[in-house]
Amino acid sequence: MAKRAWLPKAGGWHVDAFWMLLSLLIILGLWEAIVAVFGFPAHLLPRPWAVAISLMTHWEVIADNSYHTIIAVLAGYVLAIVFAIPLAILIVLSPQAERLLYPPLVATQSIPKIALAPLFIVWFGFGVETKISVAFLICFFPIVVDTIVGLRSIDPALIQLARSMGAPPLRVFLKLRLPGALPSMFGGLKVASALAVVGALTGEYIASDAGLGYILLSASGEMNTSLLFGVLIVLSVLAMVFFYAIEILEKLLIPWHVSQRSHAQ
Amino acid sequence: MPDNLVDPSAASVSASADTLIEIDGVGKTYTGQDGEHIVALQDTDLKIGRGEFVSIVGPSGCGKSTLLSLVAGLLETSKGAIRIDGVKVDGPYTDLGFAFQSDLLLDWHTVLRNVLLQCDMRGLDRRLHEARARELIASVGLDGFEDKRPFELSGGMRQRVALCRALLLDPPMLLMDEPFGALDALTREQMQVDLLAMWQESQKTVLFVTHSISEAVFLSDRIIVMTPRPGKVCEIIDIDIDRPRDLNARDTAEFGAIVHRIRILFQEMGVIHT
Repeated sequence: MAKRAWLPKAGGWHVDAFWMLLSLLIILGLWEAIVAVFGFPAHLLPRPWAVAISLMTHWEVIADNSYHTIIAVLAGYVLAIVFAIPLAILIVLSPQAERLLYPPLVATQSIPKIALAPLFIVWFGFGVETKISVAFLICFFPIVVDTIVGLRSIDPALIQLARSMGAPPLRVFLKLRLPGALPSMFGGLKVASALAVVGALTGEYIASDAGLGYILLSASGEMNTSLLFGVLIVLSVLAMVFFYAIEILEKLLIPWHVSQRSHAQ
Repeated sequence: MPDNLVDPSAASVSASADTLIEIDGVGKTYTGQDGEHIVALQDTDLKIGRGEFVSIVGPSGCGKSTLLSLVAGLLETSKGAIRIDGVKVDGPYTDLGFAFQSDLLLDWHTVLRNVLLQCDMRGLDRRLHEARARELIASVGLDGFEDKRPFELSGGMRQRVALCRALLLDPPMLLMDEPFGALDALTREQMQVDLLAMWQESQKTVLFVTHSISEAVFLSDRIIVMTPRPGKVCEIIDIDIDRPRDLNARDTAEFGAIVHRIRILFQEMGVIHT
């Protein structure tokens, strides 16, 4: 152990930061080495440094278009939550609603979302609505399914216990079923957070004059590979921030769950 | 018929002096998924006296748990009626404590809040019952654990918390559905001793479902032996072992004889093969 004294001791945020920084440095080092050894031209694989410079020169354009993408991602995601969770609750509480709504839900899921994009262009044109629609549609299903699974996972004996205490159904739902479903719901929300970004970008590829997806297409057309890489980095950072924001929310809301305990202790 | 196997009707008469629970010609039939009728329980007559400790033993699927749910009013009888304190059970009867094989503790609440679940479910003010909850938690040897989460506790400790939850509002009646079934043998014996001590002090009426013959004999005033499905009462056996009982009671010839007798009953029913 003494030989590894330079490694940070376990515990604390700075440990995570240390490892993150280390892996970042290794990746950048490898990247630089590959370009140097194989001698790729800049329009195929620019050096990390060139990408950084491109990021700095274009930061205003990137920031402006990031804003458009973020709006589309968040709007699609929030809309999906607003519709998916009540739908899941309805399906769990009412067998009739399940029979009526579940088959069409599965059917729409089997259509590739990208295939619907041209239809959205007809409906919504080249504005932000098309992007939001694709993002909404693509992250809707995992939220519905995981919420249903979570709400169904309650132990029937627990419902019996609650009824023996005279609890009305609404109280059983709010105090037992819903909190018990949160871990599974967060599973769906995390998957959907990544999918929302995919959805918004897809929308921007096919029908937009703003957003990071639009910038990527333009940069590709101009063979501006260093800008392409720069935007890719910004995108992945945005997606990561989004994902971790959901994860932090999860830690705050369900610190008691198995998946959170190793962090809590 | 051996002399201390009491005829069911005679037992009813002896208990009628101060009957708390009266089960009168009760049957329960479920409708299965294919529309066929499954008889879970049939023609059951029982009278359970106030302060009595009664165990129900029988093979899986004999309707033991169904009987508890019927008494608690969580299921409707298909035939007959159940009366508690002379009043017909119609809908959930809530003046009781229920304990299940699974402790059913909520992972997102502390030990204290789990015991206070009674208040959450009944719409009562938790603050009024917090002192009593802390007292109960201490009485089962868990003082200092009030603010722990269930996952930090062992199986035996969790079941103790579940018992505190059942006892919080000091109900006159406890329904216990194999509460110690998931515990290891040593913890189980300790829980039995502790339950007896609690019962001895409070004189609550306990209806206790178990698979374990020796557990039933050790705890009970009377044992109701059920037949396999369709379940009905096979025999009612009085346990006259002196109280208060300790674990040494298990080593007496009297204890062994009763256990043996019940096992013979199960052999005759074809539940146990030798």
